[in-house]
Amino acid sequence: MRQSAGRASPTTPDTVVRIAGVDKTFARDGVVVTTALSGIDLSISRGEFVSLIGPSGCGKSTLLRVIGDLVAPSAGSVEVNGKPAAQARRDRDYGMVFQAPVLFDWRSVEDNVKLPLELMGYDGPRRTARAKEMLDLVELGEFLKHHPYQLSGGMQQRVAIARALSFEPAILLMDEPFGALDEMTRERMNQEVLRIWEATGTTIVFVTHSIPEAVFLSSRVVVMSARPGRITDVIDIDLDRPRGVATREEPRYFQLVTAVREALRRGGMGDELAERMEDGSGASIDRTAAEGGIG
Amino acid sequence: MSAAAARPAASGSIAMSRWLRRIRWYLPAVLVFVGTIALWELVVQNIDLRGLPLPAPSEIAGALSDSWGAGRWPIGKAAAATLFEALGGLAIGTFAGVVVAGLTARFVTARELLLPLAIGASAVPIIAFAPLMNNWFGVLNPLSKMMIVAVLVFFPVVVNVTRGLTSVEPAALELMRSYAASDWSILWQVRVPNALPYFFTALKVGSTLALIGAIVGEYFGGSSDVLGRVIVQSASALRFDVTWAAIVVGAVSGIVSYLAIAAVERIVIPWHASQRAGEP
Amino acid sequence: MRRQAVLFGSFALVVLVAWEGVKFLGGVPWRFPNALGLGIDVFHDPPFRWAFANDLNLPHWFNILGVLGQPVQRGSDESLGTFLAGAAFYTWREAAIGFVVGALLGLVLATLFVHSRLAERAFVPYVVASQTIPIVALAPMIVYAFGPSVASVVIIATYLTFFPVTIAMIRGLRSPDPRALELMRSYASSAWDVYRKVRLPASLPYLFTALKIAATASIVGAIIGEGPGGIPDGLGRAIINFNQSYITSPEKLWGAILVSSLLGISFFAIIRLLESLTLRGRAAVPEL
Repeated sequence: MRQSAGRASPTTPDTVVRIAGVDKTFARDGVVVTTALSGIDLSISRGEFVSLIGPSGCGKSTLLRVIGDLVAPSAGSVEVNGKPAAQARRDRDYGMVFQAPVLFDWRSVEDNVKLPLELMGYDGPRRTARAKEMLDLVELGEFLKHHPYQLSGGMQQRVAIARALSFEPAILLMDEPFGALDEMTRERMNQEVLRIWEATGTTIVFVTHSIPEAVFLSSRVVVMSARPGRITDVIDIDLDRPRGVATREEPRYFQLVTAVREALRRGGMGDELAERMEDGSGASIDRTAAEGGIG
Repeated sequence: MSAAAARPAASGSIAMSRWLRRIRWYLPAVLVFVGTIALWELVVQNIDLRGLPLPAPSEIAGALSDSWGAGRWPIGKAAAATLFEALGGLAIGTFAGVVVAGLTARFVTARELLLPLAIGASAVPIIAFAPLMNNWFGVLNPLSKMMIVAVLVFFPVVVNVTRGLTSVEPAALELMRSYAASDWSILWQVRVPNALPYFFTALKVGSTLALIGAIVGEYFGGSSDVLGRVIVQSASALRFDVTWAAIVVGAVSGIVSYLAIAAVERIVIPWHASQRAGEP
Repeated sequence: MRRQAVLFGSFALVVLVAWEGVKFLGGVPWRFPNALGLGIDVFHDPPFRWAFANDLNLPHWFNILGVLGQPVQRGSDESLGTFLAGAAFYTWREAAIGFVVGALLGLVLATLFVHSRLAERAFVPYVVASQTIPIVALAPMIVYAFGPSVASVVIIATYLTFFPVTIAMIRGLRSPDPRALELMRSYASSAWDVYRKVRLPASLPYLFTALKIAATASIVGAIIGEGPGGIPDGLGRAIINFNQSYITSPEKLWGAILVSSLLGISFFAIIRLLESLTLRGRAAVPEL
């Protein structure tokens, strides 16, 4: 069951993301205080839905940011569509969705979706058409002229997804996008994301700390552990598609949830051992990790 | 907040009851105002208060209408001159403050050095510099009053606008970075709109400071047809009705400039939370 | 704190260098027949003549510092520095009394407003409007009513102090988490206990932010009030007097303004120190 950590799938023309030997350390006054990521190898193919799951401080958000060139790795290489990550960012290959919707209050819902299109030089009619199309996709076509503060949290997050998809990025990076929502809304949003993923065929990298969410959504779940942040397991999710309410009641679903949970627990054991060997300075490391922006 | 709750009330009866609620909300303040004036009038009419500088409200109103455009203390003309100084200084100070804030927000080191200084400047009794401004720019030149106003207004504008330009959600900057947006787009699409509410806060603070600063500047000398001189001279001539009339005009000018800025704010940033809170 | 001190020190240095730089470029010729007592004759003729940089508008700062060591007036054995220090202490005492009274008044008013929405709606608009009345306008009448005395000056300082404290404390006393109030309710606590144990401690960061503003405001009030108050011993009168003799000795006015600024900064610094001792690392609230 347990696969070799950091198994990199063989590179094929279909590889969208190729991460090789990535380390990320945060230093203070030239001294390394936290190892956020250590020896990360990972390949993601076109059209995959990959979840990164792990305890707080395992570096899953940092890994997402390394892929998106929002954080530079200390060592190793990240290629997206066969280019360095920085080039991919300049080519506008990334759609980002954060835990907070990050909508701009001063723009209407429609204008928020248009923002990246303006920056990327789409002309007026095309911007309007794309915004309408994307908001219809997330079923908010009626709310074009509303302002973000008039929408509920779940609706705001759907606007953020519409915005991320509006310019057809090669890859969608989602950082705990539903972490702030209640369980019922979260399940509805999961269904919505799957529908959008199937409709658009976008590659998605999805950070979460919810096991059911990761299993329900993904084609592959990457299990990480903390201190140092590393990949301890990669679990293929072979549930049938399309997935729906019934999926969450299948025996195979429960088996996979259990498998991910056990993988996380094994990672956690290692974590505790590592902590003991670092003569119990765990708490202070945790704090520096938070300041460094991990987790 | 649900989408439905924010839809404008269409039916007339809801609009009506909103008005009623508004009236009920402001009623206590109006009653206090009317009550105070009435009580004041009644007391002055019936009790001898010659030891206190408190003429009856009716006398103040009389003085206001008598000496608005004529007499030894033409209040209307004086108010116009003082308002000119205050608004001129407000404009100079705000402009300089925005420019400096824009520059410091751009450079992290400049900001880290200058912001504590700008905050620390609030510890300096700036009005003590008023006599210097009179000596520098000429005691009779309105510019000398404008400059003291400008210095008073400058610091809150710098502090607030810098805060507004820099207190941007980190995720918003990450989002813009993921679009490979230029610094220029980040400035105009994120930082400037984010700074607008802070700018208006500073402008409202500045509008009251401006009038006070102008009158204090006049107090240290200058031409005589300004509110500050009217107040000082009428008080020393024991014509407190004129003094109070001038004070009322000064206070009303301050309130009106404040409300005017608040009205512009409502038009420019209707999306900001401050524009939705506190309404009855 | 130390970082700030270094910062202000280096800023003062920059200002002094820029100041003398301007005078070097556009001031009036300098001549020191016996520079630093070394018997060297130093002469400098600036290439420009800027009006704002002449010795009347912008005296050399060493002359400003120098005049502090000279007698207040001819024949007096008191130096200007000693005189201004005495005046500053006198003004500070007036300001401090007004500061304490104003802060207490603000606390009482805020407590009232927080416990009665009706009182808040009825009176807070006037508390705000009171600040549009310039204090110099009220000063002559306060002096008429209470006589030319320290009491009048204290009232003026009080008037400038109570406002920031009232407004900040309304916010501060309302700042506790609603769940903290619900918790207190579940203990069946009295209003007094809620005030003492929850509202007041929660409001402390707001209080100190307001007190820092009020510290300077009370100094301003005292300086302004001393003019019409006819108080001869404080900084306000010194500024007015030295302003009148500006043409003959501008350095004296500059000295008085310098001391006023130092007084404002010192009072601010004292409150800032009390703040860090009281809050002990709790986050301060930004002003406004």
